[in-house]
Amino acid sequence: MAGFLLRRLVNYVVLALVATFLAFTLASATFDPIGVLQQRNPPPPAASIEAKKRDLHLDQPIPQRFVTWMSGVVQGDFGRTVADRPITDELGRRIGVSLRLFLLGITFGILFGVLLGVVSAIRQYKFSDYFATLFSFILLSMPVLVLGPLLKMGAQGINDAIGSNVLIFVGETTPGFQGNWFEQLGDRIQHLILPTLAIALGQIAFYSRYQRSSMLDVLGSDFLRTAQAKGLTRRKALFKHGLRTALIPMATLFAFGFGLLVVGGTFTEKIFTWYGMGDWLVVGIGSQDANITATVTLFVAVCVLFSGWLADVLYAALDPRIRVN
Amino acid sequence: MTTSEIQFDAPADPVADGPVLQVEDLQVSFPSESGRVHAVRGLSYQVSPGEVLGIVGESGSGKSVSSLAVMGLLPSSARVSGSIKFQGRELIGRSDTELSKIRGRRVSMVFQDPLSALTPVYTVGDQIAEAILVHKKGAVSKAAAAKRSVELLDLVGIPNAAERVKAFPHEFSGGMRQRAVIAMAIANDPDLIIADEPTTALDVTVQAQVLQLLETAQEVTGAGIVIITHDLGVVAGFADRLMVMYAGRAVEKGKVDEIYQQPRMPYTLGLLGSIPRLDFSEKQALVPIKGQPPSLTDLPPGCPFAPRCPMVVDACHTAEPPLMDVDGSIEHAAACIRTNEIAAADAEGAEAAVEIFGAEVADEPEVAKIPREQRDIVLGLDNLVKEYPVNKGVVFKRRVGTVHAVAGISFDVREGETLGLVGESGCGKTTTLMEILNLQKPMGGEISVLGTKSSEVDAKRRFAIRRDMSVVFQDPMASLDPRLTIHDCIAEPMQVHGYAKDEINRRVPELMRLVGLRPDQLSRYPGEFSGGQRQRIGIARALALEPKLVVLDEPVSALDVSIQAGVINLLEELKSKLGLAYLFVAHDLSVVRHIADRVAVMYLGKIIEIGGVDSVFDAPRHPYTQALLSAIPIPDPVKERQRERIILTGDLPSPANPPSGCRFRTRCFLHASLPPEKQRQCIEVEPLREAQAADHEAACHFAQVRQVL
Repeated sequence: MAGFLLRRLVNYVVLALVATFLAFTLASATFDPIGVLQQRNPPPPAASIEAKKRDLHLDQPIPQRFVTWMSGVVQGDFGRTVADRPITDELGRRIGVSLRLFLLGITFGILFGVLLGVVSAIRQYKFSDYFATLFSFILLSMPVLVLGPLLKMGAQGINDAIGSNVLIFVGETTPGFQGNWFEQLGDRIQHLILPTLAIALGQIAFYSRYQRSSMLDVLGSDFLRTAQAKGLTRRKALFKHGLRTALIPMATLFAFGFGLLVVGGTFTEKIFTWYGMGDWLVVGIGSQDANITATVTLFVAVCVLFSGWLADVLYAALDPRIRVN
Repeated sequence: MTTSEIQFDAPADPVADGPVLQVEDLQVSFPSESGRVHAVRGLSYQVSPGEVLGIVGESGSGKSVSSLAVMGLLPSSARVSGSIKFQGRELIGRSDTELSKIRGRRVSMVFQDPLSALTPVYTVGDQIAEAILVHKKGAVSKAAAAKRSVELLDLVGIPNAAERVKAFPHEFSGGMRQRAVIAMAIANDPDLIIADEPTTALDVTVQAQVLQLLETAQEVTGAGIVIITHDLGVVAGFADRLMVMYAGRAVEKGKVDEIYQQPRMPYTLGLLGSIPRLDFSEKQALVPIKGQPPSLTDLPPGCPFAPRCPMVVDACHTAEPPLMDVDGSIEHAAACIRTNEIAAADAEGAEAAVEIFGAEVADEPEVAKIPREQRDIVLGLDNLVKEYPVNKGVVFKRRVGTVHAVAGISFDVREGETLGLVGESGCGKTTTLMEILNLQKPMGGEISVLGTKSSEVDAKRRFAIRRDMSVVFQDPMASLDPRLTIHDCIAEPMQVHGYAKDEINRRVPELMRLVGLRPDQLSRYPGEFSGGQRQRIGIARALALEPKLVVLDEPVSALDVSIQAGVINLLEELKSKLGLAYLFVAHDLSVVRHIADRVAVMYLGKIIEIGGVDSVFDAPRHPYTQALLSAIPIPDPVKERQRERIILTGDLPSPANPPSGCRFRTRCFLHASLPPEKQRQCIEVEPLREAQAADHEAACHFAQVRQVL
């Protein structure tokens, strides 16, 4: 099994390289940072434009530029932005922001999504099932562009009613906030609640639908009847034997959901003014910066491929039938 | 370890003086789109401690539903009323939590399909241990429960139990999984075990093992057993009392011997008469019960069996007859107003059924009067070989082994004769069949149809040969396209072979009549027909091109017994009328004995015995054939109790790694009893097929006759 996972990992490294190369090539071929520079008013002197070209390696053919950039990446240097700031420093900070934002949202999404799905399945065609279905469909059909502002409005209402600014929906921390670590943490939590909710709600709606149908498949199965015949109560049989089996097909969904969301959350970041990876991609394209674009792409590729790998591991952990020697 | 080392409570329980289980006027109904389905309608029975009650009935008779009601495992939509008393305590109306304390501890259950009865994600050992821990939390440690699960697995006959407890269900064969389920069922020394079709999904040799195990389980626990089955053979030797169910009610009950010898309800008579007998050498007339079991949503007044009954009179339609004691017998009751007339008949059991239902033996086909050697060979197999590679690796595939699915088999089927091909699942029957139907050049050996060798024909000729050879599949539900009308289903082969439209339109209704269906139903879809009717449609389609040979792949195994008899009779009638030759693949040897002229027994890709049915069944030479025949229960309680069963150990070895020499030696009782120098011959030399009698060959170094029926 370990060998199998290791081989998969090697395949993924190659795939990540290919994805990044394609993104880098596409970005380098279409972006024109010098053109942007030349349109400045007053135009910069010709000498500094030439220097900029050299700095950005624009005198080299694109594959060679990629090799130059990649050899830096291998040593932990992701190059510099057009504005000549090191990318590596910002990369760490932005990954941190994205992870803080999404880890919590996804965790809640998975937990409550599974729970809601299971309850819907067990109480199929009862009121709670219809209610959960309605709730999910409303959320699934609502883009975060709508959900985000709605949540903000609700939060404002709550804040007004309490008379204090409990739920904060701009940024990650209050600028210039002073206090001990405990107060700092409290401030961060106040900022986290709304964006986490925005992510989690959509995820809950999505996962609960899948969990419901996978649980329904298991509900009629013979082994659940065997478990009850042994003397387990229905509830215990459902959770110990039913849910465990119904989770198997969800593993892939969880893993890839995580991978895609970390960068797919561009709108969520923009709405709540968090400067994470999604936001950075927009910034990179806006400033015609091939290095930023390639860096974000590499990060996406790593996330997606890691998710694929995680799905394999999860599968093997959950389902003994696919464990290979 | 022997059974005595495992501790069970003393079988006699102080509270168990009365019946263990007493069911009174049980009613179960479910909601459905077409109204409420009354699955069980006023059922009463009881089981005494240590007694075995057999419940027999066709699908939909309510036999499983009534047992699930006892366990409290019916879906919440079911409405249950009446009384179910277990050791004097009422079970109906109790909460799931209360019932769960009794389930698995006092009453346990063994289910039909062992393949899906175990949770795939937990080890077998954990699941057995769970059965103990759930009832004895605190009293038994986890380690003790784990140790006990090894003992139980050992008790149910799983070799190397200490290792095997760590296996997951998918690593167990069907028979082993059923053993594990039985281990769970006896883990807490229950007072009642309900076995719902425990052997239906298993091969006959494994069925024999499991039945013996149930008997052992009953001995060690002293529990009462309710065994539910549709197979009258299974319960004949095992049950003490029998209850026959029809349309949600008991229609006859009593002591096993009495019911088999003097059935007093026409339905029971029909059931007994519809079973082909393994132990009858003369041609037997099979009783088909016409029609279908009634729908349980809206039953008309009167006896529910009346529409299918040959003895029906006007009075039968007025009121449903209650279960009444049969004159002059104790504990024997039947629900029929003409019981006494049945009792007055001279014949008994199945013979009475033949008389009352009016069954006939089909004529021999004309061509069968010519001696076999002078008839044409319709299908010939000469040393046919089929192997599959076993590959490993995803990117770089490499061959790591070979599955020898068919390892050189030869037989021929002559005009107007039926060859039965039998064997356990995994023996290569289906592969052989597919190779014949494929008509390609085989990997080794030769297939010839009507004298044409498959290796020498081009695509055009191959297409032409297909006219002479057709097939009927096992599952009548899946083998007809649900979106084609019956007319289109039957017409399709003729369209493919370029028949004129007029010809097709003339022939399709003719075929319908031939298989006993009404031509006015041609515009309907397969979904509107029952299983038996669909199988008739499948036969009509197979006959469309007027073939010489029909290949039948388990054609009746998916049908209920009463329907099965009708289809078998039809096949015999068609054979005689049209002079067909059949290759009949089946695992049910009773059916093969009834329908076939010759039989070939396969084991692990080889034919180990072949010959005329009477010779092979009455004087089997190969130990495997002997074991196979002895494993099949006969629906005759007296004979069944006297029979000595040869129980084969273990499962079929993997065809990827067959044993050297004789392939059967690893499970052979004869081999085990031989002195070492003779054993060496089995291990080193592969036995070849040798003539044992006229038209009877067997492949065994030490072949000898042993009568097992």
